[in-house]
Amino acid sequence: MTDSTAQQQGTSDPPRSGWQRVVDDWSADRQTFPRVSWGKTMMWIFLLSDTFVFGLLLVGYMAVRLTTPQPWPDTSEVFALTVAGVELPLLLIAIMTFILITSSGTMAMAVNYGYQRRRGLAAAFMGLTALLGLSFVGMQAFEWTDLIGKGVRPWDNPMGAPQFGAAFFMITGFHGLHVSIGVVLLLIIARRVLRGDYDRSGNYEAVEITGLYWHFVDLVWVFIFAFFYLL
Amino acid sequence: MAYSAAAETHEHHEPQSFVTRYIWSQDHKVIAIQYSLTAISVGLVALVLSGIMRIQLGFPDSGVVDAATYYQFMTMHGMIMVVYLLTALFLGGFGNYLIPLMLGARDMVFPYVNMLSYWFYLLSVIVLLASFFVPGGPTGAGWTLYPPQAITPGTPGADWGIITMLVSLAIFIVAATMGGLNYVTTVLQCRCPGMTLMRMPLSIWGIFIASIMALLAFPALFVAAVMLIMDNTLGTSFFMPAVIAMGQQLDHEGGSPLLFQHLFWFFGHPEVYIVALPAFGLVSDLISTHARKNIFGYHMMVWAIVAIGVLSFFVWAHHMYVSGMNLSFGYFFAISTLVIAVPTAIKVYNWILTLWRGDIHLTVPMLFAVGFIITFVVGGLTGLFLGNVVVDIPLADTYFVVAHFHMVMGVAPILVVFGAIYHWFPKLTGRMMNERLGQLHFWITFLGTYAIYFPMHYLGVLGMPRRYYAYEDYAFIPQSAHDLNTFITVVALAVAISQVLFLVNLVWSAFHGKPSGDNPWNAASLEWQTPDTPPKHGNWGASVPVVHRWPYDYNVPGAPRDFIPQTDPRPETGEPHGGPGPQEGKA
Repeated sequence: MTDSTAQQQGTSDPPRSGWQRVVDDWSADRQTFPRVSWGKTMMWIFLLSDTFVFGLLLVGYMAVRLTTPQPWPDTSEVFALTVAGVELPLLLIAIMTFILITSSGTMAMAVNYGYQRRRGLAAAFMGLTALLGLSFVGMQAFEWTDLIGKGVRPWDNPMGAPQFGAAFFMITGFHGLHVSIGVVLLLIIARRVLRGDYDRSGNYEAVEITGLYWHFVDLVWVFIFAFFYLL
Repeated sequence: MAYSAAAETHEHHEPQSFVTRYIWSQDHKVIAIQYSLTAISVGLVALVLSGIMRIQLGFPDSGVVDAATYYQFMTMHGMIMVVYLLTALFLGGFGNYLIPLMLGARDMVFPYVNMLSYWFYLLSVIVLLASFFVPGGPTGAGWTLYPPQAITPGTPGADWGIITMLVSLAIFIVAATMGGLNYVTTVLQCRCPGMTLMRMPLSIWGIFIASIMALLAFPALFVAAVMLIMDNTLGTSFFMPAVIAMGQQLDHEGGSPLLFQHLFWFFGHPEVYIVALPAFGLVSDLISTHARKNIFGYHMMVWAIVAIGVLSFFVWAHHMYVSGMNLSFGYFFAISTLVIAVPTAIKVYNWILTLWRGDIHLTVPMLFAVGFIITFVVGGLTGLFLGNVVVDIPLADTYFVVAHFHMVMGVAPILVVFGAIYHWFPKLTGRMMNERLGQLHFWITFLGTYAIYFPMHYLGVLGMPRRYYAYEDYAFIPQSAHDLNTFITVVALAVAISQVLFLVNLVWSAFHGKPSGDNPWNAASLEWQTPDTPPKHGNWGASVPVVHRWPYDYNVPGAPRDFIPQTDPRPETGEPHGGPGPQEGKA
């Protein structure tokens, strides 16, 4: 089918490059992105939509931070951990960020091994990614517990503006939900990799699509880290 | 190639039992009908609500509703009509039905997700209607749901109704996202050989751009809904400033009510075009087909749709001129609002120039299409009034606004819905709808619209505020305005009842209508070239069609008939519409 349609479309000419190639793709029949599968297209579009959700959550947080008359708590104090008698600002968050970014690396390895058809390694790295994701969620739970212990609630905050608690629980909660969904997704796909589903279908793309989602969640965290914890 | 691998995994099993065929169906055509019937049903609820409100306004002594119920009905009417009827019908109904058929696809790319989309939509409708039965009834905050009043005590439905409304909206957004992802991916990646983007019918262009807009605009409503639920149930203060309600200081402070308005209208204004763009597209196809003439300026029409889609994300705050927003913003948003009139006017001129010296068949779809153009122009012109800050300030929150948006985004898209249903009904059922009943339905609806909404402009200029339960004892409202209100109510009830003509026609024609054949309108676009009418599962029999031309080859000189189907393999006639792309199908 591939050969005959290629001839039908007259694509036997070598593909042009640069902007010419973009023009060719957008004026083509059948598909606008010729080497991108349906699933991957859909994931990209979904991530674009989800970008707006997180973007607007952050905009909302910035707006209430401006309107609230009470002082905003100093995040480096709020999120400090006391280790061996020394107060280290943002220690936990730094570890969490490091773990999540590391998990993007292991995810990329999984995608690579998937395309090499080394399904044991691919599944192992997906499992490792899921483990890192779980430890991230676990530390987030610890952080929530810590803050709740300090009296921070969605509706109240002894250290200043109540909007701090509201925005914190909403944004980190929403992101943590995304990470948790990602962990479940990783485990499902890893199981399919191990079972050899993708060897039979001849296509390991599901691993890459899961990876797209995972990298996105990671990228969103970078923005949350920058705008909520650092500012 | 990744493409063919994906195509291979996309198998089409013909469903066997009644349940998998018509209820848990993954066939885009069945899902489209499910979406449409659900949307029309819930739309009828909203129509009845508006009738009851009109009785109150026209006959204030009748005592049909009390003030609280009036606000609840008004809120539900607005929200249902905008979101649950028009959005669902255009994207879930027409989008689902037409995208695969007009593009030569066998189905949506992910039929299972498409099915889920419908069931989430149905769930959202059920949750919405459940708010009539919760303690305190549905929310009466107005369809914009502005805090603080949406969740402060004293507003009807402030404890339960607002929660069911927001939860229902969140579920609807999940449904719309699943649907929209499917529509966009199908348009981009699942067209038949020869179907380039610039050979797509304008219906598909309208639905395509509207789906993208839905994916980018609904997140704002989602975020606003999440925050408002938190404000209401957890006691956070995203939108709640320090408020004294009923003599008591509420447990909120420091929130921003303006933030909600920004979020709401960042969704709300694109939403207007999410409804309007599919209507623009569908009506273009109706006009071209029934005027037997190619659409004038196809390229311009496409770019106008794209331009409107982009611009509509930069105009939202023209809904907020009187909200206490910095007036300097008003000038920016007034300019962007007026700029959006340019591509819109291009579309209107192109429709008129398509009609110009066309072989106009005044069929029922054509009547509705022409009715749409007129209504849209009238409603659009009042939009120019309201888009200007200085003119808007005295007119804001009067019946002038009510008349404007009902004309431009209420009645105008509904006229397209009617025209499109009369047009595509033969493809759905293999039968024609009754022409006489259709004409009667058109004239009552069209003339009635003007009898209802023209006087409202006058009432608005008079200063009659909208969203009031009763207008007695206001010295500045003369007796003539009350008489006019009574007149509007009588006409509105007549028009509402006359919609029974349409429903009867729909049901009767589905079983007893005149058999239509495959292509009763002699239309050139792809959905009329299916091997079966109604199309079977998989749409295209053994092989998908190959497209050789654009969908508007009507009255081409030298052609044997007055239209050339898109599948006709003769060379294109050299109309200035893009011509063969580099991957022109030659088979």
